Amino acid sequence: MFYREAGDYKTSYQDDGQTFPIKFDRYRYYFVLFVAFAMVPFLINDYWVSAIFLPFLIYSIAAIGLNILVGYCGQVSLGTGGFMAVGAYACYKFMTGLDIWIDGVQYALPPINIFFSVILAGVVTAIVGVLFGLPSLRIKGFYLAVATLAAQFFLVWLFNKWSWAYNYSASGQISAPEREIFGVAITGPSTEAWATYLFCLVITTICAVVARNLTRGASGRKWMAIRDMDIAAEIIGVNPLKAKLSAFAVSSFYIGIAGALFFAVYLGAVEVGEAFGIQKSFIVLFMVIIGGLGSIFGSFAGAAFLVLLPVLLKLMLADSTDEISGFASVMGWIFLAGFAASVVMLLINIVRTRSLIAGSGIYWIFASLATFMAYALSIGGMGWPTDIVAHLQLVIVGALIIIFLIAEPHGLAQLWRVAKEKLRLWPFPH
Amino acid sequence: MKTKLATMAVAAVMAAGPVMADLVFPSLSYRTGPYAAGGIPFADGYADYFTLLNERDGGIGGVMTKVPECETGYNTEKGVECYEATKGEGALVYQPLSTGITYQLIPKVTADGIPLHTMGYGRTSAANGKVFSNVFNYPANYWNGASVAINHILDTNGGDIKGKKVALVYHNSAYGKEPIRTLEELSAKHGYELTLLAVDHPGQEQKSQWLQIRRERPDYVIMYGWGVMNQVAIQEAANIRFPMENFIGIWWSGAEHDVTPAGDAANGYKSVTFHAVGDDFPIFDDIKTHVVDKGLAAGAGDQVGTVVYNRGMYAAMLAAEAARKAQEIHGTAQITAAMMRDGMEALEITEERMTELGMPNFGPSFAVSCENHGGPGLGAITQWDASAKEWSMISDFVESDMDVILPLITEDSEAFAAENGIEMRCN
Repeated sequence: MFYREAGDYKTSYQDDGQTFPIKFDRYRYYFVLFVAFAMVPFLINDYWVSAIFLPFLIYSIAAIGLNILVGYCGQVSLGTGGFMAVGAYACYKFMTGLDIWIDGVQYALPPINIFFSVILAGVVTAIVGVLFGLPSLRIKGFYLAVATLAAQFFLVWLFNKWSWAYNYSASGQISAPEREIFGVAITGPSTEAWATYLFCLVITTICAVVARNLTRGASGRKWMAIRDMDIAAEIIGVNPLKAKLSAFAVSSFYIGIAGALFFAVYLGAVEVGEAFGIQKSFIVLFMVIIGGLGSIFGSFAGAAFLVLLPVLLKLMLADSTDEISGFASVMGWIFLAGFAASVVMLLINIVRTRSLIAGSGIYWIFASLATFMAYALSIGGMGWPTDIVAHLQLVIVGALIIIFLIAEPHGLAQLWRVAKEKLRLWPFPH
Repeated sequence: MKTKLATMAVAAVMAAGPVMADLVFPSLSYRTGPYAAGGIPFADGYADYFTLLNERDGGIGGVMTKVPECETGYNTEKGVECYEATKGEGALVYQPLSTGITYQLIPKVTADGIPLHTMGYGRTSAANGKVFSNVFNYPANYWNGASVAINHILDTNGGDIKGKKVALVYHNSAYGKEPIRTLEELSAKHGYELTLLAVDHPGQEQKSQWLQIRRERPDYVIMYGWGVMNQVAIQEAANIRFPMENFIGIWWSGAEHDVTPAGDAANGYKSVTFHAVGDDFPIFDDIKTHVVDKGLAAGAGDQVGTVVYNRGMYAAMLAAEAARKAQEIHGTAQITAAMMRDGMEALEITEERMTELGMPNFGPSFAVSCENHGGPGLGAITQWDASAKEWSMISDFVESDMDVILPLITEDSEAFAAENGIEMRCN
């Protein structure tokens, strides 16, 4: 009814080619931007920023970067952690003053503004990414994955070994000194929640808009042509060298920026093996898979999912509180009753249909999950042992990845697309 | 009628009284992941001691204690999340049991005014209280540990180790790299040759390092390992038949779970420690009656008396004593994090006090001061007896080489102060 093209007249080519051709989508997009820029900064505190918003924004940039490479250009990469490390260490060198030794004489640049340090870190990572992308001209698929895996291990080893990269500190840790933009501290210990949030938000927004337009334009089409069939792409005139290397460059640029922000703004101090190990490569890849290959929205959805899920599980299961208000406990009982009812209905359904998901089984599964979540949150957490919750979290994330790979290989973005398609026709079924 | 209602209301308010908030000691623990073997007993010991105080004494100075636990998995991102999640609850002191998380928290706690106690780990130069106002690492730090190990080698060789070969097998992280500078300085002083062998996180793969040891035949191996790395190293050392009495671990590489997988082959393995081992102390009877028998033990309750459990309990004892000191200084039972910091800085642990607490000779007696946040830096050597399955102390608490360590601490902390524009305190 609201969500449709009809009646939204386009009178110019610019209008016709815009990112969100549907009016409702466009206003929703402005609304999200408005909330993110004008409302959230006034509402957040340290916990919200460092547990949810900063990791979400930074992982989103990394996921967009990897999505350009894997989702749009079809080149598998397991080197994300290593490239993030390049970004982090490059940013550190730029923000503390890059020093070069020639014949025993030290030449040092003055420290560069944090914003430009982050951008330059992206540029350095893009160059490194192109270098490690060269094998992609010869090899594909698993073999390329192994080559990028080598990049991951090599880069981590390098930043452990090369003491110039961490300014010869005894521990090999790099720590972000305090840096400001317009007199507002962005890095260092005494930052305000809103300042770091806005800094990352601005960079994320620019990155996402640029990525969206790159993938809609000629270069994106070339990447997708290479992804779908590289020989055919070459025949129709796509230069594989340029297309593949540009995908590596752009992707690494994004990942480098993510690494720089991850170090400088979010954590403040990192150690390469711990922060940028192989797990980081995997988690960003999972974000891309769960979110949806070849979708900018999917990158955000995947990042949000994997950042929020552990926090949500922790709040639901591990936390506990002694004082529960009367209202909360009443709500808790209501949700508990709802949970019990959904489980009973699910069991009846199983007995009747001899299947877990046949009939309305799926709905009862969702209903029981939702009521359990509501119950756990309203009573302030179940208070289970922290190790059980941590293990459960691994189980749930693993199960979700398998479920997504089987049931919806295109991830959350495809669910979103299907939902929009249904909305467009609503209230008519066809 | 009206007055009656009013008096009733007043009486109700009076009865409710001022709500006594608990003293909060967050435990950033890790019971999962490759470092859980050490994380579990420490967290259990830390929690059990505060449970004991609550059950036996009714808390500290009449205020109950609370130990909210937050799982970090030895992961810095989760460590930050845990810190932000718990600091609002009135956290008095943080003990993350991870050098990586410590580096992250040092600037944050200083900005938030919460003390950080990194006992035997963390940033060694935090011992300089002139620079690090809110960070404490008493009673001993990594550099003391390295020096105590070298002193032990000196003792066994009659004071002369010129030309001997010493290999350092270390966790390739800030933690493992900490002792390198000290060992290099000591090598210049005593004339031994130092070989550095890094083991990458998590440390299950050490074949090449031990092959190198087999080839180069160092006289002594010192290990800075943690978690699964320790068991693997001790097993590998047994495989190449390296004499165990010449293999010395730091205190994080010397617990029951590190040596038992290698069985009898681990017999004679040595480790540095800064507190006593074993469960032969009166406090364990109290823990049994007040905590374990009541079913209040943290975790599975099967760690009581193990080396790392004792360390967690010792950490909790030092925190509780500092809180008591803070209550004494500020004359209030309801202390804040800032008061806790003052208590830690004025902390004095005497032999009488430890005996009173049921922990005679459990650790060295020491006093913290504004300049010295690192304590005396004493360490002892323990040795594993595989047939009796127990650790035993084979030396007293001995001094480390402060002539070498103090200049290093001053240098490193002053570099940190210059980098971050920190003004020296305690003038």
